Amino acid sequence: MLYAIETSGITKRFEEVTAVNNISISVRPGELFGLLGPNGAGKTTLINMLSTMIEPSGGSALVWGHDVVKEADLVRQNIGVVFQDTTLDDRLTGRENLDLHGRLYGLDGKTRKNRTQDVLSLVELTERADVIVKTYSGGMMRRLEIARGLMHHPHVLFLDEPTLGLDPQTRLHIWDYIHKLNREQGVTILLTTHYMEEADRLCDRIAIIDYGQIVALDTPQELKNMLGGDVITLELEDPEDVGKLCSSYQKDGCVNMVTGKQNEVFITVNNGERQIPHILALSSHAGIPILSVSLRKPTLDDVFIHYTGRAIRDKEVSGMEEVGYKIRSRRK
Amino acid sequence: MDLGRAAQTVYTMWLREMIRFSRSKSRIIGALATPLFFLVILGTGFSSAFQVKGGGTFDKSYLAPGLIGMSVLFASLMGGVSIIWDREFGFLKEILIAPVSRFFVALGKAVGGVTTAMIQGVLIMIIAWFIGIHYVSFWGVLAGIGVMFISGIGFIGLGIAIASRIESHEGFQMVMSFLTMPLVLLSGAFFPIANLPGWLKVLVYANPLTYGVEALRYFLLGKSFISIWLCIAVLVIFSIAMISLGGKLFGKMRA
Repeated sequence: MLYAIETSGITKRFEEVTAVNNISISVRPGELFGLLGPNGAGKTTLINMLSTMIEPSGGSALVWGHDVVKEADLVRQNIGVVFQDTTLDDRLTGRENLDLHGRLYGLDGKTRKNRTQDVLSLVELTERADVIVKTYSGGMMRRLEIARGLMHHPHVLFLDEPTLGLDPQTRLHIWDYIHKLNREQGVTILLTTHYMEEADRLCDRIAIIDYGQIVALDTPQELKNMLGGDVITLELEDPEDVGKLCSSYQKDGCVNMVTGKQNEVFITVNNGERQIPHILALSSHAGIPILSVSLRKPTLDDVFIHYTGRAIRDKEVSGMEEVGYKIRSRRK
Repeated sequence: MDLGRAAQTVYTMWLREMIRFSRSKSRIIGALATPLFFLVILGTGFSSAFQVKGGGTFDKSYLAPGLIGMSVLFASLMGGVSIIWDREFGFLKEILIAPVSRFFVALGKAVGGVTTAMIQGVLIMIIAWFIGIHYVSFWGVLAGIGVMFISGIGFIGLGIAIASRIESHEGFQMVMSFLTMPLVLLSGAFFPIANLPGWLKVLVYANPLTYGVEALRYFLLGKSFISIWLCIAVLVIFSIAMISLGGKLFGKMRA
C-alpha cells in the first residue's frame, strides 16, 4: 500500500450545491496532512466521505487500502475520527466513554484496560478519568475525544477542526498531542482547519480547498516560497533618498526585488532576518538615515489570498451576513 | 459480523443504558411517582364512587396492571426515542462510525431500554403490593414480568422507528403527546373494556397496549376480558414487527 488515503475525483453533490468537486489527493502513511479552507469550503464533507459517514456522489476513495463505500467496515476498523462537535456521552465518565468505545471496536478486557491507561496519560486526563464528562471543560472534552479516537490503534486519524473554539493555551496543548501522535506513534493524520497558524505549525503538506476544489497543494514552506520570499520594509527620513537606496540594493544583488513608494522601500528577500544587518550596512554606507525597519514573513494568509483572491476571513463574514439576511427575510 | 461481535455490540449498548439509568435517580423517582399517584388517588376515588356494571365495587387493584403497563410504555417509548438525544448531543455519530452492525446497536439499545422499563414496572408492582394489592401467584408475577419484556420491546422498537424519522427534538414533544396519551387512555388501563360503545371498542382493540394490560391483568389478578392467548399472540407479533421496523429505519439513519 503506497498511500494511507487516496481519493480519485471524489465528489459530493447535495441538492443544489456541489460541496466537494472532483478532489484527488494522496496522503502517505505517517504523513500529517492538512485541509485548509474557509467554513463551507467542503472540508467536513470530504472527511465525512472518507470516514464512511456519507457516501460520495462520484469518484472513489481508498483509506488504508479499503474502499470507503464497498469496504466501509474495514475502513471504520482502521480509522479514528474526532468530529467538530462533541460526540462524547456526557453522562458517563471519561473512562467509561473510552471503555465503551473499546468494546464497540471489539477490544478484549485486558487490552481495553491498558489502552485506556495509555491514551489517558497521552492527553493528560488520568486524574480526571473518573469524573462525569459533563463537568469537563471544552479543552478536556476535545482531549478525551482525541484519546478515544486512538483507543483501537487506528492507522489513520481524522481530526475535523481539532481546536475550534478553544482558548489559545489549550490550542497549543492540543497541537502538542497531535504532533506527538504523528511523530512518535506514526499515526497518519488528516486534519481540517481554517486557522492558518494551525496548518502552518502542524502539517507536512497542506491542500488549500475553496468552493469544494483544491486550489494549491504543497508543504507550508513551499507554498510560502512561491510568493517570492520575506518582505522587509524600510522607512526613510527623506523621500528623496528612496530612488538612490533602491538602486544601490539592486546593484548589490542581495535582494530578489525592491520597490519604493513615498518614503518607504519594500525589499523582497530570502531569509529576511539574516539579510537585515547587510541591508542596514548598505544604507549607512550610502549615508541614508533609516527611521524604522520591519520584517514580514509571508504567511499562509498571503498564500490563501494569492490563490483565492481574498482573505480566509472574508467568506466567513459574508456567511454571517447571509445568516442575518435569512433571519430577516423570514420575519417578513 | 460474527456472533461474538454481535453479542458484544448488544452488551455494550445495554451497558451504556444501565450506567445512564443508574445515574438518573431523580428521573426514576419521577417515573415512579406518576403511576403511583394514579393508583392511590384514582384508585381510592374510583372505588368510593363507582360500581362495576353487573355488581361489585370498583377495586383499586383493577388499576394496578394498567399502571404497570403505562409505566412500561412510557419508559420503553422514551428509551427508543432517546436516540433523538443521542443525535442532539452527538453520541450517535460515535455509534454510527463504529465498525458494528446497526441492527445490533438498535437491538442493544432496545434491550437496555426494556431493562429500565422492566425495573420500573417491577418497582411499581412491588409498591402496589405493599399498599395492599393481591397478586394471584408468584408464577403469575414472573409471567407478568415476561409480558413487560415483550411489550417493552415492541414500544421501544416503535420509539426507535419514530426517532429515526424525526428530524429534530421539537417534533418529539408532539409525537409523545399524540402517542402516549391516546395509547394509555385507549388501553383499558382505567376502565373495563367489556361494555364499550362501538367506536371506542374499535380503537381499544386496535391498541397494542390493551393486550399488554390485559395480559398483565390475567397473570397478576387472574382474570382478563380478552383471552390470554390472543394477548400473547398480538404482543409477540407487535414486538417482532416493531423491532424489525426500528432496526431497519435506524440502519438508514443519518447523523
